[in-house]
Amino acid sequence: MTRLREKAAPYLLALPAWIWLGIFFVVPIIGLLWMSLMTGNIITGFQQTFNVAIYPEVISAYWEQILRSLGYGVSATLLCIAVGYPVAYWIAFHGGAHKTTYLLLVLLPFFVTQVLRTISWKFLLADDGVVLGPLKAVGLLPEDARVLSTTLAVVVGLAYNFLPFMILPIYAVLEQVDHRVVEAAYDLYASRFHAFVHVVLPLSLPGVFAGVLLVFVPSSADYVNASVLGGTNNTMIGNIIQSQYLVNNAYPTAAAITFVLMTILLVGIFSYAKALGTERVMEVQAG
Amino acid sequence: MRAATKEAAPAAAPRRWRPRISLGKLFTWAVLVWLFVPIAGMIAFSFNDISGRQNVSWQGFTLKWYGQAFAYPDLNQALINTLVVGVSTMVISGITGSLLGLAMGRYRFRGQQISNLVMFAAISAPEVVIGAALLSLFLTINMTTGLLTVIIAHVMFTVSFVAITVRARVMTMDPRIEEAARDLGADSWTTFRLVTFPMLFPAIMAGGLLSFALSVDDFIITTFVSGELSTFPLWIWGSTRIGIPPQVNVMGTLIFVVGVVLTVINVVLARRRS
Repeated sequence: MTRLREKAAPYLLALPAWIWLGIFFVVPIIGLLWMSLMTGNIITGFQQTFNVAIYPEVISAYWEQILRSLGYGVSATLLCIAVGYPVAYWIAFHGGAHKTTYLLLVLLPFFVTQVLRTISWKFLLADDGVVLGPLKAVGLLPEDARVLSTTLAVVVGLAYNFLPFMILPIYAVLEQVDHRVVEAAYDLYASRFHAFVHVVLPLSLPGVFAGVLLVFVPSSADYVNASVLGGTNNTMIGNIIQSQYLVNNAYPTAAAITFVLMTILLVGIFSYAKALGTERVMEVQAG
Repeated sequence: MRAATKEAAPAAAPRRWRPRISLGKLFTWAVLVWLFVPIAGMIAFSFNDISGRQNVSWQGFTLKWYGQAFAYPDLNQALINTLVVGVSTMVISGITGSLLGLAMGRYRFRGQQISNLVMFAAISAPEVVIGAALLSLFLTINMTTGLLTVIIAHVMFTVSFVAITVRARVMTMDPRIEEAARDLGADSWTTFRLVTFPMLFPAIMAGGLLSFALSVDDFIITTFVSGELSTFPLWIWGSTRIGIPPQVNVMGTLIFVVGVVLTVINVVLARRRS
């Protein structure tokens, strides 16, 4: 009796979450595939016709937005590494007694909801707003200079939004680096540069890998920044999915695009995680 | 103790010249300024003396919006909805996620690998995919979208975070403490209640608070499954075209102040402990 209970225990504990994730995550993801093969419209209803032709159709219609999204995702991720790594490094090694304070300062702006922060950028950077207006007035910038509706605005906006997801995992691993190892490198006459490249950097790579995952996926699938900060030439695949679902109610088309995006990202994520080990990536994520 | 080892690091290389303000510090502060710029903008414009709803250019200083913070009933309702969803998510995710984390951390069982994979996928899946997939499901089964579907969606995308946090704590817990309780005659429920649960409580709280934070900030998934329901981020998004009233800045500022207060308390407590 006790043995049976002991055997059943993990299943009973896991059951509620499994049911939830099963019904509301696994089933809907498969359901996307099912819905994408339907034909019809919102007025007459949708019938299952196994219309596989939808896939070549959406890919040829939206490959440009897909590639652009992946490109923006990569750029935002690189920018986050370039900005986030030095910050994480400095806090971990030179933050001293104020480490936690600095980390909290990094997180503090994110108490304000993402939508509001992005819209705030839009007001600040408006063509005649509080930043560009005075610069134009004193002639430091030409009259037609603009920040909004450019690729740069979208990429920097994405990097801004997901920066903590890069800083935190890198900080988490750098914090664990044994300082005696670094000192040993100095004792062996390594320069600061060599000590960094050969000792600190390799030890911190798991954090960078986790950060890349946490920044690249949400930023390449984002549409908030492209909607608010971008113009008509910066449409990302997320914008297409959003408008096909919620504006055009073209559910099969929308589901097909979503499925394509998910397949690209999940294949990427899993080959990436496989190369590094899922557990490791998840631990750093949680840590 | 830790600080002492760190102080020793520069001492190991005494000849190295160190500027008083390091480049690293300068860079970190520059990044922090960048992070706070839109917040500063938001706060400044909560004091903007405008007449209509277009809160775009500076018109002069006023405190009146703080007096009329709750002038838009539908905005108040959106805030209440956000809190209701956030707290429900925190409780449901906190409980189910902790149970899953406990199972994953303590036992070896069939299905563990699959469970890991699904949790990993649920965390990594982009929001727009989750939102779209859930909306497809609700459309297929003819479920009206609203408060219930938003809570369902929020629990779905936060439960794995709780499970991972709790699992990490379970795995680092010393099993001898529970054995000691059993040796002293406690049955398994008593052991759980008096020993295991209190030891897991910080992780459960951390997971729960994380779910709350993720829930109240969520925009993309919520957009897909909210139907007629409005939340704080959704209300702001919806009012961009007709103009965002200063009340939004006021509420954003108040929420931010709560964040600052929590941070200060945290720092002070940490100081006192050390």
